[in-house]
Amino acid sequence: MALNRKIAYIDLTSGEIRTRSIPLEIRRQFLGGRGLDAYLLYNHTNANVDPLGPDNVLLISAGLLAGTCASATARTHVMAKSALTGVLGSTNMGGFFAPELAWSGFHHLVIRGRAEKPSYLFIHDGEIEIRDAKGIWGKSVTETQWAIRDELGDPEVKCLVIGPAGENLVRFANVMTGIKDSGGRTGMGCIMGSKNLKAVAARGKMDLTIAHPVEALEFNKRFIDQITSSKVNQTQGTLGTPFIWGATNSWGGVRARNFQLNQCEYADDIEPEHLDEIATETMGPHHMAACFGCQVHCRARYKIPSGPFAGRYDEGPEYTSLGAFGAEPDCKNAVTVLTSNYLVNQYGMDNLETGSMISWAMELYELGILTKDKTDGIDLRFGNDEALLEMIQRIAFRKGWLGDTLADGGIPAAEKIGKNAFDYLIQVKGMNNLHSDERATPALALNVATAARGSDHLRSRPAIDLYHLPEPVLRKIFSSPVPYSGPLSSEHTSYEGKAWEVFWQENCYMAVDCLGICKYHTVFLGATHPNFEDWPDAIRYNTGLEFTPRQIWEAAERCNMIERLFNLREGLTRYDLKKGDMLNHRYFDEPCLRGAPDVVGRKIDRDKFDRMVDEFYEHKGLDRTGNPKPETLKRLGLENEPSHRL
Amino acid sequence: MPAYNRILKVDYEKCTGCRLCELVCAVKHDHVSNPIRSRIRVIKWESEGVYIPMSCQQCEDAPCVIGCPAKALSRNMEMGRVEVDYQKCIGCRTCVSVCPFGAMHFVPSDRKVIKCDLCDGDPQCVRFCEVKAVNLAEAGDVGLQKGREAARRLQAADRKAAGVLAAS
Repeated sequence: MALNRKIAYIDLTSGEIRTRSIPLEIRRQFLGGRGLDAYLLYNHTNANVDPLGPDNVLLISAGLLAGTCASATARTHVMAKSALTGVLGSTNMGGFFAPELAWSGFHHLVIRGRAEKPSYLFIHDGEIEIRDAKGIWGKSVTETQWAIRDELGDPEVKCLVIGPAGENLVRFANVMTGIKDSGGRTGMGCIMGSKNLKAVAARGKMDLTIAHPVEALEFNKRFIDQITSSKVNQTQGTLGTPFIWGATNSWGGVRARNFQLNQCEYADDIEPEHLDEIATETMGPHHMAACFGCQVHCRARYKIPSGPFAGRYDEGPEYTSLGAFGAEPDCKNAVTVLTSNYLVNQYGMDNLETGSMISWAMELYELGILTKDKTDGIDLRFGNDEALLEMIQRIAFRKGWLGDTLADGGIPAAEKIGKNAFDYLIQVKGMNNLHSDERATPALALNVATAARGSDHLRSRPAIDLYHLPEPVLRKIFSSPVPYSGPLSSEHTSYEGKAWEVFWQENCYMAVDCLGICKYHTVFLGATHPNFEDWPDAIRYNTGLEFTPRQIWEAAERCNMIERLFNLREGLTRYDLKKGDMLNHRYFDEPCLRGAPDVVGRKIDRDKFDRMVDEFYEHKGLDRTGNPKPETLKRLGLENEPSHRL
Repeated sequence: MPAYNRILKVDYEKCTGCRLCELVCAVKHDHVSNPIRSRIRVIKWESEGVYIPMSCQQCEDAPCVIGCPAKALSRNMEMGRVEVDYQKCIGCRTCVSVCPFGAMHFVPSDRKVIKCDLCDGDPQCVRFCEVKAVNLAEAGDVGLQKGREAARRLQAADRKAAGVLAAS
């Protein structure tokens, strides 16, 4: 059966809006969501497009399964060229927006141009209106959403918005929906702001056909049982993602004091159990909340218990906030972390990038590279909670020399600060690394170095590498749906076979980003979670489309390659520290000082890392320089891209 | 438990707001995905983190039954529910107006009203609600269950107070 799903092309400069159906042939090649976005980005931009100019395109999409009877398919994807990194900008977020977009009649939006005045889009019943955002511009993330609902007179409208950070073109501004659902990393909110686009509002009342409804319901029930029976998701449904931070910190796998230490000691106040106590005290025992149709319910509802923002309601914090506002700046105070989390959620700014930038500035300050005349007198030492909160606000509103400088992102800021500031910036492709420390885990180091959107854990991290699973189990997971007979190692400090794990995860995560499924329902944290073998049924019962596991794998490989092609067109070269698949020198030069016995003293071996990248390129069908071999492009059917078919 | 005594019991404080109940309700009844076809709706105040699933209470003395001018609504004693007879329904939406719980819904595309039918004894919202915010319970037991929960809260408060007294 044909899927009657639509794509809308919206030109904010001219106000012209066109719609068309998505051809099945392109659907089979790029699935939907992130993969189809990547195709559209590559086809609708030219090389070296100005990321903040009208010719950059902003893509907003719901995954192939959004709004269907498949569990946890609430993910929205947003893509554009990033003004933070100069390469692929890409973000995937939960909440309730994607299904609402699907029920409103669209699965993909291609937005170009720049509105003359602040505007927002209202999408409903297969129609799209460009509306005046006067009176909404300047509002915080949640105030914007409530104001749009008031204006439209419908409390069920779901909005994708930017906050003040996006308006102020902070390079790492988020796209946000709900209280805290964040399209973070790579600054897609900045691109929205550059287009004078404050929000996209959707209200869906249109039917989505379910191809085999009875089977779809029963499959979903089995899928849910598989998910909820796993210990990792039960823990996640109790403590949220903070449990990952707590667990990782226990063995020495998190960054502390920028990148000086790999463990945060005496951190009881920000341990997940304590945050859970705060949520229980402020919101009651049943304080966990969920995205659309999801049983994991991994985010807490809480109120800030004390301090200048006491009593404010927020959700989270995610483990990234514990790292970015706790361990990295060495502010081990729950109220500080919860307040910081609240501020970035309201300003619409990436928690990870914000905390990492401030922690980097703290290290520069303690080294004397940044001085008090540059900080407006702020004593920017590690562990100064007030300085952290002040700097978050200064970055969002570009206040003061340092606030304005840091808002431009790491590499421009390093140039402006001067001296050897860049040496201390823990980044890949211009984006700060996650709060984790990968010096003892080569697989994870390879993942952050080669992730398509710059340093990132959600594009190819083999997190189960930390579980020390027996080799036969690893082989069962990683030898399907394509055979693999090379080496695999249960040892997280090993370099053996890790390139394949990263390659496999890259395709796994791409597949679910195309389908719109949350990564917590994949082999990300749970080795027994649904996999390539399970997705064909989810697709068949819900959409009627037939795929084999192998075909999903190949589509994912194709989508990853087109992201690679985009990055190469924007100037990615292998060893370029600012735009390549390379790590900061500290990974290779500074050993871990804390943690478990097999972690202390670890650093990444340059030669072994280099060989691992070689191997990874080989798996992907790239040559030694990181460019695709002609036969790879041919095999993936990409030799004629850009093909301008959609 | 006999069908005529079964009711939907909502423990709203357990609701995570995921709205899977709405989805499975629509798919089960109408074979399409669309929450405006759901007989159960999660009402939210997101700014406060409050989510409350609302559905038909299957009232004993139901305003929809009393108000229906076409006598299309009636109580099915055997199934323990209020039903719509679509042969008689004239689509006037009086039931939607008078329902004190907002549990009667009108589907514009079908030009008809919908309401919870307890899925003939196996409500899908209950089946899919992992956190058990929506439950199937025997009507006569709900009060005692609520009483037990309230008693536990009182006891906890009492202990806390005793602790305060002991410390002072």
